[in-house]
Amino acid sequence: MLEAILVISLLSVVFGLLLGFAAVRFKVEGDPVVDKIDALLPQTQCGQCTYPGCRPYAEAIASGEAEINQCPPGGEAVIHALADLLDVDFKPLNEEHGEHSEQTVVVIDEQVCIGCTLCIQACPVDAILGAAKQMHTVITDECTGCDLCIPPCPVDCIYIVPVKDTLQTWKWPYPENQLENEVVS
Amino acid sequence: MKPHLWRFNGGLKLDGHKSMSMHEPVVEAGIPPHLVLPLQQHIGSPAEPIVKVGDTVLKNQMIAQASDYVSVPVHAPSSGKVVAIEEHVVPHPSGIKATCIIIETDGNDTSIEIDNTPVDYLNLEPSALRNIIREAGVVGLGGAGFPSFIKLNPGPDTKVETLILNGAECEPYITCDAMLMQDAPRKILDGLLIMRHALKAEQCIIAIEDNKATAHTMLVNALHKHESDFIKIIQIPTIYPAGGEKQLIKVVTGKEVPTHGLPVNIGVVCHNIATAAAIADAIHERQPLIERYITITGYGIKHPRNLKVRFGTPIEFLIQQSEPLNIQQCIMGGSMMGFELQDQTIPVIKTTNCILTKNHKYKAPAAMPCIRCGECVKVCPAQLLPQQLYWYARAKDFDKTQDYNLFDCIECGCCAYVCPSHIPLVQYYRFAKTEIWAQERDKQKSDAARERHEFRLFRLERKKAEDEERKRRKKELLKATAGDASAEEDKKKTAIEAAMARVKAKREQQNAHAANIDNLTDAQKKAIEEVEQRRIAARQKKQAAVKNKETSTS
Repeated sequence: MLEAILVISLLSVVFGLLLGFAAVRFKVEGDPVVDKIDALLPQTQCGQCTYPGCRPYAEAIASGEAEINQCPPGGEAVIHALADLLDVDFKPLNEEHGEHSEQTVVVIDEQVCIGCTLCIQACPVDAILGAAKQMHTVITDECTGCDLCIPPCPVDCIYIVPVKDTLQTWKWPYPENQLENEVVS
Repeated sequence: MKPHLWRFNGGLKLDGHKSMSMHEPVVEAGIPPHLVLPLQQHIGSPAEPIVKVGDTVLKNQMIAQASDYVSVPVHAPSSGKVVAIEEHVVPHPSGIKATCIIIETDGNDTSIEIDNTPVDYLNLEPSALRNIIREAGVVGLGGAGFPSFIKLNPGPDTKVETLILNGAECEPYITCDAMLMQDAPRKILDGLLIMRHALKAEQCIIAIEDNKATAHTMLVNALHKHESDFIKIIQIPTIYPAGGEKQLIKVVTGKEVPTHGLPVNIGVVCHNIATAAAIADAIHERQPLIERYITITGYGIKHPRNLKVRFGTPIEFLIQQSEPLNIQQCIMGGSMMGFELQDQTIPVIKTTNCILTKNHKYKAPAAMPCIRCGECVKVCPAQLLPQQLYWYARAKDFDKTQDYNLFDCIECGCCAYVCPSHIPLVQYYRFAKTEIWAQERDKQKSDAARERHEFRLFRLERKKAEDEERKRRKKELLKATAGDASAEEDKKKTAIEAAMARVKAKREQQNAHAANIDNLTDAQKKAIEEVEQRRIAARQKKQAAVKNKETSTS
């Protein structure tokens, strides 16, 4: 009886030390799930999900605070990916947050711009170039299409334009299949 | 002796329709009134224009330069004036527009002066040789249009055992390579020798499908005796798609190109025969690539034949010369892999090999459900599972399509050709491929956006910290200077006090020494006292009045 107690308590001490050591030695900084969720989000930083950026939204999803269907720029593709990652059911996009639309960018009408720098301060990815009382311009390649620069503009000189297909970015359409569509409907 | 050949999986025996365009000799298509030259006629980055609207250009003049490593220049195919640099429909299945240089030809066809002293390529560094080929704008003329100079650069540690010249031309209707082999066999062999030198290849093989006997004979006759030691000209069975690069390598060498690999990884480089001829022109005559043989064929025209066409020539110009009968559909490329042209103003580019006209419009029969017959698997030359790829592409499960090696698909169309349910299989694969590329681009873009956003947050944080630091320093500085000021004030105060004390002392001294009140009479003293009393009273009265005023105002 005494031996058994001794052996068990010795084992528990050994394993306890082992676990304690592992906790210190293999400590992971940050939450890996948040990183995984963040990697799936489109990084427009538009805030349509009601969180101030993609990472805060990822944190909110990870903590169970937010739903997975609050990201209009990501659309269904992102919701599917999140559902796969988190092993939850797919939900259609919550329309309260906006509708999924084609990729857009903004352009500044340089004739009208007064150089107030308000849009520069609003841009979450520093994609607007300019200085006070100097003309501003959008670095199109860096623009995520979040449209956050539009409300602050005092002279309404920022426009949304769709991204035009080039030979490099053009996509083959999904094949239309009349017969199968008829069968389905 | 017949060389030993291998066999690739599947493939089809198709009706070639080749003889219809081989009855007539190749003729010059002539100079059209306008030449439309897309800046991108190759795989890679578009060229950058170096001419302006209004400039006069001469034949063979470079009008756009390479913008990147994977890029080649564009040359003017004839003399004339640049009338526009604008968006124009280009040969592409999408029918979208891209930037083109449009030249209004003057008909004189005046060339720039070409220094046509032949290049002694045997004593030239392979890199210099490649540079000449690049400057001549040579790209693979077989169809993909990859810049040739890159394919002639195997890398310092790679040994090229076999250089294959692809004269298979397996796709139905197309005969431009066959005609070129008949017309200019020696030029092709010269080009092959240059390529061999650049690649330091051990042996060379020219592979021709056995339905092109004349081309084979012409090449064999043009071969010099000593060259036959290292150049083999062989005939291969006519099976579509024997002209696919990987399939041809398998047939000729028995080796398979690994997935995600390049032929050069297994010591093989494969070029088209027309590319060899273009390289011979570039080196021996310093002639940039401005024209090529193009087959114009099909039942929609009276004169199916091959034409020597300058790049930029609109398709309609070629059709007009071939006496159109009743064209219902126009296809660029062959009947298997070509795409329909929506617009006849589309120009011929470096990778155009065939214009196929049809007198009836082909409408794909409606697709039926897949019956899992497995015919597609039997014919797939890439040994894929087309049926599985189809299911996953249809379900948009792109990870799975990649697990089934979607990117090894060469889009030859064999699977769709044999499909008894008429499922447009290749369309599904193309859809999945472009969709995957788009997702990769999006991923790169979102990674870049994340990095920029994080840097912005870091920058704002840093600015805030810096501002606070600055404020703190300023406050400290103020405090320090404020301390100094009070010390100064103290000093001043003490100085004032000292001065006042000195004045007081002096006055007291004076008072002490005031001699005029020493010896006064009693009456005088009394009078002084009275005056003093009055003065005190007056002072008190005044003080009271001031007090009253103060209370009334407050």
